[in-house]
Amino acid sequence: MTSEPATQAPRKREYTGTETSRRPVWQRALRWETGLVVVLVATLIFGSARSSDFLNSTTGFYIGLNMGEIAIMALPLMLIVITGEIDLSVASMLGLSGCVMGQLHSQGWPIGLAMVAALAVGALGGALNGVLVARLGLPSIAVTIGTLTLFRGLAEIVLGARTITDFPAWMTNIGVVPVPGTQLSYSTVIFGVLAIIFGVVLHATGAGRAIVATGLAPEAAQFAGIRVNRVKFGLFVLSGVMCALAGILFTLKNASVSYDAGTGLELNVVAIVLFGGVSIFGGRGTVIGVVLSVVIFGTLQQVLTQMQVQPEVQNIIIGGLLLVSVVLPGGGEAVGRLRARLRTGPHLARAPATQPAPPSSSDSSMQSEEKK
Amino acid sequence: MTAATSALSTRFARGGALLRAREVGIGVVLLLVFGVTTLHNHNFATANSVQQLLSGAALIAMLGVGETLVIVTRNVDLSVGSIVGLSAYVVGDLFKDHPGTPVILGFVVGIGIGAVIGAINGFVTAALRVPSLVVTLAMLYIVRGIDGLIVNGVIITSSNIPNAFIAIGFRTIAGIPWLAIIAFAVVVIVAYAMRSFRSGRDLYAIGSNPEAAALAGVPVARRVFSAFVISGSLAGLAGALFLALHAEVDVTGGTGYELLVVAAVVVGGVAIFGGSGTVAGAALGALLLNTINQALVASRVSAFWNEAIAGALLLLAIAFDRWLSLRVARGLRSAEGAHRDL
Amino acid sequence: MSEQPEEVPRLTLDRAAKAFGAVQALVDGSIALFPAEAHALVGENGAGKSTLVKILAGVYQPDSGTLGIDGQPVVLSGPVAARDAGISIIYQEPTLFPDLTVAENIFMGRQPLRAGRRIDRPAMNRSAGEIFTRLGVALDPQRQARGLSVADQQIVEIAKALSANANVLVMDEPTAALTTVEVERLFEVIRALRREGAAVLFISHRLEEVFAICQRVTIMRDGRFVRTAAAQDITVDEVIRSMVGRDLDVLFPKTQAPVGEVVLQVEGLSREGVLHDISFSVRRGEIVALAGLVGAGRSEVARAIFGIDRRSAGRVTVRGQVLPNSSPLAAMAAGVALVPEDRRQQGLVMDLGVDRNVALASLARLSRFGLISRTRERELAADWANRLQLKFGRLTNAVSTLSGGNQQKVVLSKWLARDPALLIIDEPTRGIDIGTKAEVHRILDGLVAGGLAVLMISSELPEVLGMADRILVMREGRIAAELSRAEANEDLVMRAATGQLKGAAA
Repeated sequence: MTSEPATQAPRKREYTGTETSRRPVWQRALRWETGLVVVLVATLIFGSARSSDFLNSTTGFYIGLNMGEIAIMALPLMLIVITGEIDLSVASMLGLSGCVMGQLHSQGWPIGLAMVAALAVGALGGALNGVLVARLGLPSIAVTIGTLTLFRGLAEIVLGARTITDFPAWMTNIGVVPVPGTQLSYSTVIFGVLAIIFGVVLHATGAGRAIVATGLAPEAAQFAGIRVNRVKFGLFVLSGVMCALAGILFTLKNASVSYDAGTGLELNVVAIVLFGGVSIFGGRGTVIGVVLSVVIFGTLQQVLTQMQVQPEVQNIIIGGLLLVSVVLPGGGEAVGRLRARLRTGPHLARAPATQPAPPSSSDSSMQSEEKK
Repeated sequence: MTAATSALSTRFARGGALLRAREVGIGVVLLLVFGVTTLHNHNFATANSVQQLLSGAALIAMLGVGETLVIVTRNVDLSVGSIVGLSAYVVGDLFKDHPGTPVILGFVVGIGIGAVIGAINGFVTAALRVPSLVVTLAMLYIVRGIDGLIVNGVIITSSNIPNAFIAIGFRTIAGIPWLAIIAFAVVVIVAYAMRSFRSGRDLYAIGSNPEAAALAGVPVARRVFSAFVISGSLAGLAGALFLALHAEVDVTGGTGYELLVVAAVVVGGVAIFGGSGTVAGAALGALLLNTINQALVASRVSAFWNEAIAGALLLLAIAFDRWLSLRVARGLRSAEGAHRDL
Repeated sequence: MSEQPEEVPRLTLDRAAKAFGAVQALVDGSIALFPAEAHALVGENGAGKSTLVKILAGVYQPDSGTLGIDGQPVVLSGPVAARDAGISIIYQEPTLFPDLTVAENIFMGRQPLRAGRRIDRPAMNRSAGEIFTRLGVALDPQRQARGLSVADQQIVEIAKALSANANVLVMDEPTAALTTVEVERLFEVIRALRREGAAVLFISHRLEEVFAICQRVTIMRDGRFVRTAAAQDITVDEVIRSMVGRDLDVLFPKTQAPVGEVVLQVEGLSREGVLHDISFSVRRGEIVALAGLVGAGRSEVARAIFGIDRRSAGRVTVRGQVLPNSSPLAAMAAGVALVPEDRRQQGLVMDLGVDRNVALASLARLSRFGLISRTRERELAADWANRLQLKFGRLTNAVSTLSGGNQQKVVLSKWLARDPALLIIDEPTRGIDIGTKAEVHRILDGLVAGGLAVLMISSELPEVLGMADRILVMREGRIAAELSRAEANEDLVMRAATGQLKGAAA
């Protein structure tokens, strides 16, 4: 019979079943972000080695200009992935909202109103995703592939084969001039502000905690009073609105829009989010990681473009980075499993065939097999 | 079991019947679409038009077969489009640089490329236990990049390809296009394997209940690896056929195919969560999507509506599947609950 | 109807012991199974039955003791070895492939083949049909496994075992989810198995069933073998006495607290197919326990009150406020707290730290202008860690690193931090070492003395009898009996739970 006095010194690592204990979330996160910083620094060094005036504000401006919309879309996607879902319709919503804005403006709507309409479309599209995934419980990967097609199709219905280029010059300037007083593009500044907001919400508010809990342990979250379905629905609507915002910026930056605006960008956004350390399984991820990932991707792209490396090689590098970012942890665990197998043999540890039961069997079984 | 429950269970749950119902359903919709469109536009039912329908769907159907294997095991392969592009170009390049190359070698090379990429996907997913969504997404990028490097701005045109090869793209036998026959053969072979070989049933087991599969002694990692290799190989084959069909290829070959394939597969009744669905259904799904596409064109519906309709269809298919499984579950639960109070 | 056992038992386990960390799950597990017999293994929750079964299944290796098959000592290196040795476990939760047919489920990985290594479907279906005939059941081998009733799933699992030539079948609480008709069918199957010479180990709480189908009974208590007897040589009373006979420990300090006004009022609570017309009340300062067997519906009552599950009828009132259906938030706002049964899945977010878990139900309270104050969060966690004497490395360490007892304290802290009026606690000390058990009881006692109302669900009789002011015994979704602290004893509770009470609702 166990006789452990109630005041025994605490055992820090108790047998908890078949899992080994995990390092706390923040500690693991920090390791990933540190790695990203290293990669970023390496990229910057590489860039400035290649071209002496790489590290100047012009480069920064162009990086921000190129990445701005993608970066804005990455923020809500990060939250969605943290809750264990995914949204592949982001780029299609970017296109659709841009088309809606362009179409309405070309029909005489004031640009401000057209923008509001575009945002409303984003909210509606996000709500569609939200209803299908959160309320009906359909798998988000399949649903958002469907809405990806649907939104793109709607954009095509709205604009047909036309390209709208008639936008007020003072608005399209955001694609050319930096925010006065800074060296940053408008989309960069907007992203920066949003990143700070998202960062605060995710890491320092109850809503952020609820989002993380939803991704890590949806059942426990429900038992703690968190309305998991509401959270997911809200995040999809948020994603829709922010993709619409990105669509507006994208359109104005390019001073034109056609139905295929942004086609294929969703993969960039997903890649950036995953590379930023957000786990596809849900529950983990930091805004800092995503920001670093955005900067790395942008810088890398810039460096390679300046080196006149073809876009194809850039693709290879992006894909390679993404692969490495998931293979490393996965490979590490695989090696760990392999080592465990080599140590204990293919089956569980053997007990001796015949062992005389000691008089007080409890004592010998205190040194139970802790590791399994 | 009471008479009530046994009657209910037979009605709701003869697995075979339910499955066949889905394929039959698609077939019915297919015929409906075909019929309605022909009423509008008699040209839709001409031999030429039907051949176009079959050829157009053949490639996606083939990709759908491979994708079904992967999705059944609860994975996904997003790299198929890029594989098609790369394979198409490399085969074309081969013919261009070595004009005497036999046609069969072209196919071998195409399939081989697909197999290699599939093996990488399979290894990383099965052995390293990395989620396939991420792996195949990354491979999509990498393969596109490699493709771009190889293409280097040079377009392969029909003058570079042997006539015998191009012939496969448009020749017919008894009125049926070669492409459709090849696709049909692939579907039949794989469907038979999925049904009649242990390894095929293993795939369904893995997707239906991975833990139980491992417990039952199914070699999960090996099977998943094989599924990806097959998916890659079929994509490689489809790439070679792409070249034959279009008689030219540039850096954009196969772009966007991965999403089309997933759509076709889901419409065809393959559950995105794995464990159920048939390659026949996937092929029919591809055919249906293509037919609807062409039907819209034939009905003078603005081509601009195609994508939206495709998207809406996909959503409907997903929701319908879900509704169906809920209804079955509820029907059985209430039957059980009703006689539970005995 | 007893059979003369043959000389050599098919399977023996001799004085097996097994510990997990600080918890000694099995001290002296012994049993002998003879061919062609149905042998019952009875004991309360925590008596060590599951551990013993897992050892037989090859999932665990005993720390000491011997396992013998047909007289030879044997070591089972894993579940596959157990299966090869002819041992098959029919678990309460069957593991089938819902998308495949029944026949395929039975023969997965071992399908009969014909020419060219192709599956011989007709032969497979025929074999499955034959097994069902042997068992005397009418199941269609070609139907999909999805949607099979639990009873039918069990039959499929049994068929699976037979197809793997099992000669020892262990059934773990097989009748927990079955209707009387299905139970009778299962008994027919067991008789058929016996006719084939197989040994059936029947683990159950339902003593009337045990006596209806089994030839011998083995009783365990506190991880130990107590006795074995032929069913005809022992009475229900003697079985119950062997199961529970012990002195009530001083482990349960119970101070009498003043009982105040009604905090929780449940009227006519029902959930289709699960709960029927449950009505009771809990007052300030009292502990009301829901006792009963696995599957009686106790946790379901808790979930229905808290709003996790939707109720189909009935009313729940907390401190005069009627709770809307299916809203945990409303329940929480009214002052209800629920410490759930499954600590790891429902009670805690395992990967988060102690501080984050404690704060999870108090996110609004800890926020100022929407921002969570980390200091207040830390202070809250530290405060409760102190009060409950939580042992941990760092507040930010993931709760997965804590022992079961400390994990439970974290869950308690999470809820007590909200200063609830009603605490529903489901299996307060399951999987917790003795020392922390006593602590948890002390904590509950102190809370009740301070005016908290507690609804406690527990499968451990001593705990129920030691802690509760009133005991509601549940059986098959209904309240079978209400016992006051004074009149309750282990015997009465067990009888009510197993339907032995004269005049009790069947």
